[in-house]
Amino acid sequence: MKIVVPIKRVLDPYAKVKPGSDGMSIDSGGAKSEINPFDEIALEEAVRLREKVGAVEIIVVAIGPAESEEQLRKALAMGADKAVLIETTTSPDSRAVALELESFVREQNPDLVLMGKQATDDDSNQVGQILAARLGWPQATFASEVTPGSGSLTVIRETDTGTETLQIQLPAVVTADLRLNEPRYIALPGIIKARSKPLEKRAPATALQSFVTVTGFTAPPARKAGKRVANVEELIAELKAAGSI
Amino acid sequence: MGKSLFLSLDGTDLAVGAAVAANFAEAFDVIVLTSTVNDSFGAEKVMATGWASLPPAAAYAGELAKLATGYARVFAVSAMWSKDLLPRAAGVADAACVTDVLSIESDTRFTRPMYAGAIVATVEVSAPQTWFTFRPVGFPAVSDAGASVPTETVAIQVDDSAVRNIGTRAKEGGRPDLSAAKVVVSGGRPLKDAASFERVIGGLADALGGAVGATRAAVDAGIAANELQVGQTGKIVAPDLYIAAGISGSTQHMAGIKDSKLIVAINTDGDAPIFSIADLGLVGDLYEVLPVLERELKKA
Ligand SMILES: Cc1cc2nc3c(=O)[nH]c(=O)nc-3n(C[C@H](O)[C@H](O)[C@H](O)COP(=O)(O)OP(=O)(O)OC[C@H]3O[C@@H](n4cnc5c(N)ncnc54)[C@H](O)[C@@H]3O)c2cc1C
Ligand SMILES: Nc1ncnc2c1ncn2[C@@H]1O[C@H](COP(=O)(O)O)[C@@H](O)[C@H]1O
Repeated sequence: MKIVVPIKRVLDPYAKVKPGSDGMSIDSGGAKSEINPFDEIALEEAVRLREKVGAVEIIVVAIGPAESEEQLRKALAMGADKAVLIETTTSPDSRAVALELESFVREQNPDLVLMGKQATDDDSNQVGQILAARLGWPQATFASEVTPGSGSLTVIRETDTGTETLQIQLPAVVTADLRLNEPRYIALPGIIKARSKPLEKRAPATALQSFVTVTGFTAPPARKAGKRVANVEELIAELKAAGSI
Repeated sequence: MGKSLFLSLDGTDLAVGAAVAANFAEAFDVIVLTSTVNDSFGAEKVMATGWASLPPAAAYAGELAKLATGYARVFAVSAMWSKDLLPRAAGVADAACVTDVLSIESDTRFTRPMYAGAIVATVEVSAPQTWFTFRPVGFPAVSDAGASVPTETVAIQVDDSAVRNIGTRAKEGGRPDLSAAKVVVSGGRPLKDAASFERVIGGLADALGGAVGATRAAVDAGIAANELQVGQTGKIVAPDLYIAAGISGSTQHMAGIKDSKLIVAINTDGDAPIFSIADLGLVGDLYEVLPVLERELKKA
């Protein structure tokens, strides 16, 4: 079985970000970058599938700046076999990323693409669905449990009202929700071993043309801290005064 | 320019869909996916699929994309079902796709949140067709229910040969839907177990006729169901009253509650970040405060 796991380099999700003074950039206060948390979960799941079913080859791929090599090295340390960095200094929209990934997936011909449901920087939640559409593959988004079958997967996915269980034929695209697993801690031997694993760099195969372009950033309307109340009675009085109860 | 198509899950979102459609000059049509409606809210044509429940997105997104040919834009309320479906259909149509639209500045310019709501981005779309999901808070529902109209049946072929739904677990009814509720009571990590969560958080919610929400920490600990998660990666809520009990106020959680009218925080730690956005804050133990609040409300 062959699994492709796309990895996006994003700012640390716990960093405090605000719009830059030019209104065209993001001020992260010098925060570091990480693997998108959802992609880390997707990769962990790929590694667990290998532990369950045996022969699984895991290829991680990132579209992004040269610095994304850092995240790919970490992915190799977590258990990926091979990494590919598709270098670009532009910020393609979800569709452009999906088209580039489509070309990569067609070349690699995997049984499964396991990826994050959303990137924590653009919060876009689209690439997996667009990629699956382009490939004509079935999809199971927001997965919280994946069980391998023969030529298929059983996926429990989170919905607005609970969960549903899908049986999907391979090849397929599965996007990971938070509760799929908890990524493992990377031990030192993994980091050392990762240094000798293959990491290929290449140019994009597509034009990375975006349909959706960001033209500016602003801060959302701020909420101010209100009043402190001393006890429940005061709280109730305030709620009544505000017409809330 | 061009007509709009609103995808309604069950007809209950038609008034807000019409509010979004009003931002564009030309008329709009509606497809109701799992129900039927009587009122048009100004739509030119109302279509219904006749489905009792939603099939897997991959089983009909392609057919939907074909049906939408000719519309300038297709949109639905932001929800997990729409985020599963719309990008896929847009992918088939090779259209532009924008999620979580907050405001519509022009036919091609929208704003949307990024970085867990810490940033509002303006985006410009250039494509023959645009699919988008929107956050209802920015679009006050239209009050005119419009003429009652006959719904046309629209046949959307479902091909589930490659993906089949083999089981559904839906939350038990009784409480209002989290995304639409006027009052939400949410609990966080300090709730000990599912039973105390239900007793303390659920009890107060019921006294207020409200919905129950939870933080990711509470859901991950198994004390609240996944569909109750509020925040960046859960539900976005905007009730008149939001009560946060034992919730620290992470960026990811606050992303989901910022548009609430009145936020009340109850937390033992006076320095918890939640107090920086709460309209009313009470430093105290939720196990002591919430039962008293519930009792007082029942008295009144
Ligand atoms: C990619 C990503 C996405 C995320 N998405 C979400 C999301 O959608 N929603 C979400 O909620 N989180 C999300 N998180 C997690 C988020 O960062 C926080 O970890 C989480 O919100 C914390 O939950 P909490 O407030 O319940 O727990 P804690 O942060 O542990 O806070 C518990 C609070 O309870 C108080 N407390 C303790 N005992 C009592 C008591 N007896 N009475 C009253 N107060 C008490 C404490 O003082 C503390 O402030 C996400 C994280 C990541 C990385
Ligand atoms: N530049 C990128 N390189 C690799 N994978 C990406 C990239 N952007 C997005 N993805 C993948 O697509 C998923 C969803 O991203 P998005 O639709 O942008 O929220 C992410 O979790 C990644 O798995």
